Amino acid sequence: MEMNNLVVLPIFVPLLTAVILMFFSKNVSLQRWVSVGASLLTVIVAVLLVRTVSIDGIQTLDIGSWPAPFGITLVSDMLSALLVLTTSVIGFAVILYSIYSIGIERERHFYYPIVQFLLVGVNGAFTTGDIFNLFVFFEVMLMASYVLLVLGGTKIQLRETIKYLTVNVISSSLFVIAIAYLYSIVGTLNMAHISQRIAEIENMPGILTVIAILFLIVFGLKGAIFPLYFWMPGSYYAPPIPVMALLGALLTKVGIYSIARTYSLFFYHDQSYTHELLLVLAVVTVLIGVVGSIAYWDVKKIIIYNIITAIGVILYGISIATTTSMTGSVYYLLHDMIIKAALFLLIGIIIKITGTSNLKKFHGLINDYPVLTWVYFIAAISLAGIPPFSGFVGKWLVIQGGMGSGEFLGSVIILITSLLVLYSVMKIFIHGFWGEKDQQFADKESVSYKKLLVPAIILVAISVLYGFGSEFVYPYVSQAVETLMNPEIYIEAVLKE
Amino acid sequence: MRSGDLILQTMSKVVFFIIILFSIHLFFEGHYRPGGGFVGGLMTSGAIILLLLAYDMETVKKILPFDFKWLIAVGLFISVLTAGGSLLFDVPFFTHVHDYFNLPLLGKTSLHTAALFDLGVFFVVVGVTLTIIQTIGESE
Repeated sequence: MEMNNLVVLPIFVPLLTAVILMFFSKNVSLQRWVSVGASLLTVIVAVLLVRTVSIDGIQTLDIGSWPAPFGITLVSDMLSALLVLTTSVIGFAVILYSIYSIGIERERHFYYPIVQFLLVGVNGAFTTGDIFNLFVFFEVMLMASYVLLVLGGTKIQLRETIKYLTVNVISSSLFVIAIAYLYSIVGTLNMAHISQRIAEIENMPGILTVIAILFLIVFGLKGAIFPLYFWMPGSYYAPPIPVMALLGALLTKVGIYSIARTYSLFFYHDQSYTHELLLVLAVVTVLIGVVGSIAYWDVKKIIIYNIITAIGVILYGISIATTTSMTGSVYYLLHDMIIKAALFLLIGIIIKITGTSNLKKFHGLINDYPVLTWVYFIAAISLAGIPPFSGFVGKWLVIQGGMGSGEFLGSVIILITSLLVLYSVMKIFIHGFWGEKDQQFADKESVSYKKLLVPAIILVAISVLYGFGSEFVYPYVSQAVETLMNPEIYIEAVLKE
Repeated sequence: MRSGDLILQTMSKVVFFIIILFSIHLFFEGHYRPGGGFVGGLMTSGAIILLLLAYDMETVKKILPFDFKWLIAVGLFISVLTAGGSLLFDVPFFTHVHDYFNLPLLGKTSLHTAALFDLGVFFVVVGVTLTIIQTIGESE
């Protein structure tokens, strides 16, 4: 019997931690150290998982010993293993950051258990091989995000949580409806088996295209693509910085992963309509994102709109669906998760020092905070994709893939918008950090920003290493893309035929 | 304690035990007939809520002197450990085992680890329901 319980550990460790943390919610220092220790352990098991997948190929685990397709199967191919690792690293950095920033009142009210539950949901969504189980992990993740969003109970959090909750309840019910339609046609929930059944139906009939679009609407609402992104700028603006970093770096990416998974595993037979639509939406998403990011003078809003831009770029690569563009998308996805978390943590420090997120109200931070300035600078040029840094390879391959498939307009738009992305983050650099020394923030050394800087520097350093070590990362990404491009590898690993 | 609800309070004392017994019955029947941890837990919460209606929160707290949030944690802990226990035996996560035992009084009985998982579900449902009701009831 083939089985590997390593696959379940990135879900099990945070789950057990969350439950244990619930027993002593008022002992804040113990909460902190258990959380940090457990998230470090999650990183370690995720590293082991990536290593195992790279050596032995796709790892599957039939939950409860029931063979696929009858039981729930957890599947770790290289894509999900890499995403689980990235999630765990971000979780670790954000928890470290939370210790010094989230505030004792939130910590006493189940903050750390909820963060662990969020990681359970995200890691589970990346690992599951069952479409209904994907829905359940989505809900685990979303419920945790509702609580994190509203925890603290300020007015803006309450208002934005109502919006966020409403949108997600609607999209979740659409998800159930979409699964019900799909189940009524293929009669199975196991993703590999669904793929196999769909392939057996000659000439993908119209109803499957309808379901593909329904899934796109569902995951588009989760992942904030045009025109379903409307809830996001407001909702992500409301919570405290560490929560914002978690939501911004992880949640939308689960939607993107789900689109990549379903569109490469299920709906790849008749691409003329679905992938063309995806392409158009991706390009418009990029445009909406950059328009937002250059329009605002609020540092939080600028980064939030940059999430939307990145989602567009990743989706563009997925919609082209060639090996080159997919490789680009995977590269860019991993890069973007890390750099967005890092940027949120950095602007959190800026806001802590200046007391405002309005870019027009402060300048000259470089005089008193040189380390912060240069870390931010590196993060900013990584985001924009200046060559040796991490954003470059992904975007380059996406554009190359687009050009290779004759999609010149879209590729040129993505190329040009990169400049605007650079402008939007450099705007923060030029207006906030440059200029004359601002006396009102000069004596803020007492603000303990140095401890906050540590997790941000960890993430930026990982991002820099990721950029410089693209060659080293390449075999892993290429293994991930191989499965995406050849669904039969996935099916064979799960159904073991 | 509220006064004047003599009929309600006296009836509750009797009915409470009938409901509790029925909920335990539902819980243990789950494997063979409709029932299980979820309905069992809801029914138990229903019985406790009846006490809440007839008496008040202080009386219920005297009967059940613990935080209901703690009950959620206990339930989750039982369920997670039941699932995770399989890791110790080097079988896939969540693998259940069952066997027949000769118990005193009960005779030949089948025991299944799924019942432990269900017990966790039972506690979580009771804990969640009562936490919701208690929190809303106590907020001004």
